Amino acid sequence: MTTPHGVNRRSFLTTTGAAVGVAAVGLEGILEARRAPALAQGTKLHILRWNDFIPACDVELKKQAVEASKALGAEVQFEFVNANDLQPRITAAIQSQNGPDIIHMLHNWPHLYATGLTDVSDVAEWQAKDQGGFYAQSEAYSKVSGRFLALPHSIVPGLIAYRKSWFDEVGATSFPKTYDDLRQVGGRLKKKGHPYGQTLGHTFGDAPAWAYPLLWNFGGMETDKNGKTVIDSKGSVEAVKFMSAFWKEACDEGGLAWDDTNNNRAFLGGEICATLNGASIYIAAKRGQEKIKDDKGEPMVRDIQHARLPAGPAGSTSYHTAFAHAVMKYTKNQKLAKDFLKWFHGQGPYGRWFEVAEGFSVGATKHWERHPLWNTIDEPMKGFRTAPDNSRTMGFAGPPSAKATEVYSKYVVVDMFAKGAQGMKAEDAVKWAASELQRIYG
Amino acid sequence: MKKIIAGGSSNATGLQVALPRTHLQPRRSTRLLESEGLLAGLLLTPTVVLLGIFIAYPFVMGVWLSLSNTSVGNPGEFVGLRNFVKAWNDSIFQTAFWNTVYYTFFATILKLALGMWLALLLNRHFRGKRIVRASMLLPFIIPTVLSTFAWRWMFDPTFSVLNWLLYRVGFITTKIPFLSDGDYGMWCAIVVNTWRGMPFFAITLLAGLQTISTDLQEAASLDGANGWQRFWRVTWPLLKPVTLVVVVFSIIQTFSDFQLIYVLTGGGPANSTHLLATYAYQVGVATGLLGEGAAISLFMLPVLFIVVWVQLRYLRRLEAA
Repeated sequence: MTTPHGVNRRSFLTTTGAAVGVAAVGLEGILEARRAPALAQGTKLHILRWNDFIPACDVELKKQAVEASKALGAEVQFEFVNANDLQPRITAAIQSQNGPDIIHMLHNWPHLYATGLTDVSDVAEWQAKDQGGFYAQSEAYSKVSGRFLALPHSIVPGLIAYRKSWFDEVGATSFPKTYDDLRQVGGRLKKKGHPYGQTLGHTFGDAPAWAYPLLWNFGGMETDKNGKTVIDSKGSVEAVKFMSAFWKEACDEGGLAWDDTNNNRAFLGGEICATLNGASIYIAAKRGQEKIKDDKGEPMVRDIQHARLPAGPAGSTSYHTAFAHAVMKYTKNQKLAKDFLKWFHGQGPYGRWFEVAEGFSVGATKHWERHPLWNTIDEPMKGFRTAPDNSRTMGFAGPPSAKATEVYSKYVVVDMFAKGAQGMKAEDAVKWAASELQRIYG
Repeated sequence: MKKIIAGGSSNATGLQVALPRTHLQPRRSTRLLESEGLLAGLLLTPTVVLLGIFIAYPFVMGVWLSLSNTSVGNPGEFVGLRNFVKAWNDSIFQTAFWNTVYYTFFATILKLALGMWLALLLNRHFRGKRIVRASMLLPFIIPTVLSTFAWRWMFDPTFSVLNWLLYRVGFITTKIPFLSDGDYGMWCAIVVNTWRGMPFFAITLLAGLQTISTDLQEAASLDGANGWQRFWRVTWPLLKPVTLVVVVFSIIQTFSDFQLIYVLTGGGPANSTHLLATYAYQVGVATGLLGEGAAISLFMLPVLFIVVWVQLRYLRRLEAA
């Protein structure tokens, strides 16, 4: 029997069955039924992310948006902005209770924006189970008061990219193991016109990724385990003293005005011998090897190696930028947003994006350490596979908190080193940072 | 047939007289429109509503935020002047405050001097004068963000075309740290602000110059005054009111400048080029401490109020004289 609207008993039962299936098994049901839930149809899902340093990753996400739109029955749209513009966008969105449904979170931002974010513990629990558990850093940054307020997505590890042949020329056949060795080798390289490149500017990634571990590796700490300010210490002073000397003797002093892109350009332009960075320099050199050549006319990529940060008197730790996705509390598409995240962080779509990233971004879970990509990847890239294992979190030795995010957002630790590099006495730079931290932590 | 004569005095009974219809009342809507008070109110309402929405409401909200501990996602409570006290004792705020004064002072002086010079030049007759006048406005027309990006590339710490040029012609042997040194960075910002703001000074002063009668100049010349004396004794006194108005506008705009510093230096290195507006933005919007950010930005208000009040008072005295 067919109704006047063309619905017969069979199609009615099929549609109803699909709808019941959706209700019963959620996303799996949607995918199996190959049909979007009626409620999601005509809905838009707006996701705000950073401009990836691997542009192909954003191209892949645009493809996935089409796929996700079909799977979820909603129009999935990505918007990409400069990472330095994300925080203002988040503040504006939360205050106006309007904006993207899902926003990219860097570092420990979920702690700062906690009141504006939805609890996604259920999806996080699924992801951890599905993909072998989160790295400690990713979990600590996304989990606020026992609840996941963002879903850990990836980590961009920072290693030092360096020109092997130039280091060989000054007698450093392997990368310096300590900061003091790096200072000596860097000094020799600068004299030959190949300075070390490091930003100490107000920029989101490379500056804190250098400054925080430098503080820790000399024994300095932002706070103690109870969150009390302890930055005014011998370790901090020694770290700033190193920075001042290293800056003059080994670094490109223009780095005080660099953002996260300047060191990439300087390295690929043959202006610097080494820089702390994600794998984007290597990947850009590889993809553009027809144009990006070294001083002998050979593809520069063949001369690039990576190394971990050297050790200081207190050891060798690193800081790697963690990324997550947060569902905004104000969005009316709560379920759809969570369904999307489950789809997006699922092994299929995530795996495709991960492969395009070629090691620039690694997983937030250990599962991705075992991805076949690592078996075929170039030798200099292999260090990125397990790089996040020695990362500490901002606010160390205290727990990640909104206060630690405030310190980061005001660039207090970065500026402490920048002041030293500008010539301020190390003790005064540390005292300045201590007073700023005191005002923040109370 | 009787001839109708209006207002005739003789044989009045036989005449039809056209008289004003005093007994007829105008329509109510017409009467309402004829009420000056009501009409003024009607005409002013859109302006008042717009000013209320776009000026008064944000201002009142700003004042409220500055007196509260509002942060992103938290409505906050009244905390009195705590944010102002906190800002005043903050070393970065102090740096930003003095930077703002320094930046405004030198940028305004430079814009005035160069703008005046340009206006005097453009007030002369020469071939292509119109093209020069139009092209002079280009820095003012191009969006600040775009032009500042261009300047940023010219000052780039690694690939600066200016450094390259100066090195090639042999003026320098090492790079000038345009943006990586605090002092240089501040002067780069002043130069860009001057480049951008000078046309506004020049065009306004030029308009002022054109209102000055050439007879006065000729008379001064006949009396033996040289170029400087003619400027100082004739042009400048007559141009002073216009100059003061332009300077007031410029001080307000420069003191609250944001875009230029945000794009050029981001307040760095180590906060050495932060202005009140950029620091307020960093604290209020980037860090999410809306109350503290609002307090920092409100520090501009009394300073600007005093400067503007003094200048306008002086202007009134000039006009009275």
